[in-house]
Amino acid sequence: MENEAGALSRVAGLFSARGYNIESLSVAPTEDPTLSRMTLVTIGSDDVVEQVTKQLNKLIEVVKVIDLNDGNHIERELMLVKVRATESDREEIKRLTEIFRGSIIDVTDKSYTIELTGTSSKLDAFLDAVKRSAILETVRTGASGIGRGDWILKV
Amino acid sequence: MSVELTGAEITIRCLQEEGVQCIFGYPGGAVLFIYDELFKQDKVRHILVRHEQAALHAADGYARSSNKVGVALVTSGPGLTNAVTGIATAYMDSIPLVVISGQVPTSAIGLDAFQEVDTVGITRPCVKHNFLVKDVKDLALTIKKAFYIAASGRPGPVLVDIPKDITQHKTQFVYPDKVVMRSYNPVIKGHTRQIKKAAELILSAKRPMIYAGGGVILSDAAAQLTELTQLLNFPCTMTLMGLGGYPASDRQSLGMLGMHGTYEANMAMQYCDVLVAVGARFDDRVIGNPKHFYNENRKIVHIDIDPSSISKRVKVDVPIVGDVLDVLKELIKVLKTEKEKTDPVALKEWWKQIELWRERDCLKFDRESKIIKPQMVIEKLFHATKGDAFVTSDVGQHQMWAAQFYKFDKPRRWINSGGLGTMGFGMPAAMGVQLANPKGKVACITGEASIQMCIQELSTCKQYKLPLKIVNLNNRYMGMVRQWQEFFHGNRYAESYMDALPDFIKLAESYGHVGIRIEHPEDVEDALKEAFKLKDRLVFMDFITDQTENVFPMVPGGKGLSEMILV
Ligand SMILES: Cc1cc2nc3c(=O)[nH]c(=O)nc-3n(C[C@H](O)[C@H](O)[C@H](O)COP(=O)(O)OP(=O)(O)OC[C@H]3O[C@@H](n4cnc5c(N)ncnc54)[C@H](O)[C@@H]3O)c2cc1C
Ligand SMILES: Cc1ncc(C[n+]2csc(CCOP(=O)(O)OP(=O)(O)O)c2C)c(N)n1
Ligand SMILES: [Mg+2]
Repeated sequence: MENEAGALSRVAGLFSARGYNIESLSVAPTEDPTLSRMTLVTIGSDDVVEQVTKQLNKLIEVVKVIDLNDGNHIERELMLVKVRATESDREEIKRLTEIFRGSIIDVTDKSYTIELTGTSSKLDAFLDAVKRSAILETVRTGASGIGRGDWILKV
Repeated sequence: MSVELTGAEITIRCLQEEGVQCIFGYPGGAVLFIYDELFKQDKVRHILVRHEQAALHAADGYARSSNKVGVALVTSGPGLTNAVTGIATAYMDSIPLVVISGQVPTSAIGLDAFQEVDTVGITRPCVKHNFLVKDVKDLALTIKKAFYIAASGRPGPVLVDIPKDITQHKTQFVYPDKVVMRSYNPVIKGHTRQIKKAAELILSAKRPMIYAGGGVILSDAAAQLTELTQLLNFPCTMTLMGLGGYPASDRQSLGMLGMHGTYEANMAMQYCDVLVAVGARFDDRVIGNPKHFYNENRKIVHIDIDPSSISKRVKVDVPIVGDVLDVLKELIKVLKTEKEKTDPVALKEWWKQIELWRERDCLKFDRESKIIKPQMVIEKLFHATKGDAFVTSDVGQHQMWAAQFYKFDKPRRWINSGGLGTMGFGMPAAMGVQLANPKGKVACITGEASIQMCIQELSTCKQYKLPLKIVNLNNRYMGMVRQWQEFFHGNRYAESYMDALPDFIKLAESYGHVGIRIEHPEDVEDALKEAFKLKDRLVFMDFITDQTENVFPMVPGGKGLSEMILV
């Protein structure tokens, strides 16, 4: 969409006004600074998704809408998690982080801050694997998606 | 180097460049510089209303009756909030408007300044698009875009919010010839293969039906709809917004369909095997319960410029995205070259069935009544104006009777709020219609409750000598509300009685207009004739009508189209 003030609130407003849900939304300018790209995750029947797509297309600032599920795509989300890490837990958490191909990016006596990217379900799985009581804070970006292979989204 | 102009000058110059002749507005602090520039020129005429809601409705009536973009100008804060009802009304019916609103100076935005509201935020859900101008250099292009967006594709209101300091800042004025927007390119031409498919389906029909909506009026395609309908000898029904798209007095017209549609239209809609929807959006007031509508099998062709109107409430078989005018022209061409022809035997059978439904005479009413029947007033109005008037209406029973009993043979003659159903629309809209059509006969059909929602506009009508003919169907009830209470709430008429009514005659007279009260059926015709003879006066006709009359047929909420309550 056009990288203009207010464009994001139009999208958000559309979802709340029409009762669609937003699972996650991530947006930032692209290599062309006049354009932003947004990845929006929503859940609904085919009919609902069709209406969502049409309604988004109707927004004047939206340049193009694609449903990544129509083809093969790659999806990544970034998560930062601060976990309590004392004594015996420290090893365990390090190992878990390795298994999930994350990295520990900040350390104190009592905690680790872990960076993890992957599909949203992988991040969920990591959180499930860590003891609930050990999780101090999480922050996630929401998914960003892109088509697989040579296929590109051109405007 | 050319001289620099202020934002206020640029605003007015843009309106002039757009060929705007008439705008509707109300001044205030944030728009004073714009008003100052209006004052200094005479190309753009400003009509001072008495409430900003009326400015919007008037601009809206102007647009609907003329196919030009309507323009309104309001100040920040309360000026804008007053205008919101009018903006939403236009939005729901897809009417092209440009609304210019004043805003507090850019330096004051966000500081809860005097008369500051988040205009872009408040109006976002009820405009096609809106802009906040932050730099005078963007002003001309923004206004150009506003006009372009408002009138193209599926039309709608576009708002331009201009902070006061921007109206003082200076820059060079260049009005762009055209705008290109990579993110906005409405589809006009229908897909050839889809049109071909539609033609094949149409020709295979045994029980066809054409269902025309506001899109036919908006795209000025009444002539093409008429040609198509007559070429095929198909029945044609219209939505409340589509009236006038096909001549109502012609045999092939089944009248309006939907909640208060005719028996024949609703039955044919339910039992047709091929439905051609033209610029109509399968509104809930039109198809009743969608599950019930699905009980019958039919194939649907749907022509609409807005893809989101297609398969929104009803799944269709042959979608055609495009402008009605373009698509119908193309479709007619294709139909004429097809080898296949319609099946005359099946069509004859179908018409026989339709005539049987028609014989049910669903719009009958007591013509011998000693009390004025509202339906009779509309019939007489139709005759008194030879069907040639512009008719606006408010919202309620009177609106439905107007739609049922005034036979609209031409487009852009029937002007009402369908989507939002805004009481108070009728008189201000009529002002706009009259200004767009100075020679036209303009009648406003209203009720004693609705008319009071913008009654202050009698003053505007006086100032600009607008000779409206106001037909007040005075039943001393919010009749439409009372009808629902009678049918669905055990006759408990909670707050729907109109007490303490003004003497409308004296009220009209106090504004310098003519008032006539009509209490007997035998006086109706003369009063109407008399009123239209007074060519340059506003005449307020207060018809004291039957309080108990209801609108029939009626498809109750949740019921199917063929489950009408009939008289
Ligand atoms: C008290 C009350 C009772 C009502 N009862 C009824 C009733 O009994 N029957 C009834 O029909 N309505 C009734 N209505 C009105 C109803 O609420 C809707 O406003 C109306 O049915 C919508 O009409 P439409 O489908 O023609 O759509 P519109 O709102 O007129 O929409 C037009 C459609 O055409 C499309 N379009 C616009 N321009 C073009 C173009 N250039 N080319 C192609 N497509 C275009 C648009 O995208 C849109 O889908 C009632 C309203 C009130 C207030
Ligand atoms: C602004 C607004 N408020 C409330 C309503 C709900 N409403 C619909 S019809 C109606 C009654 C209209 O009464 P009147 O104008 O006398 O017309 P009648 O039905 O009696 O012909 C009301 C209150 C509305 N449509 N618009
Ligand atoms: Mg009434």
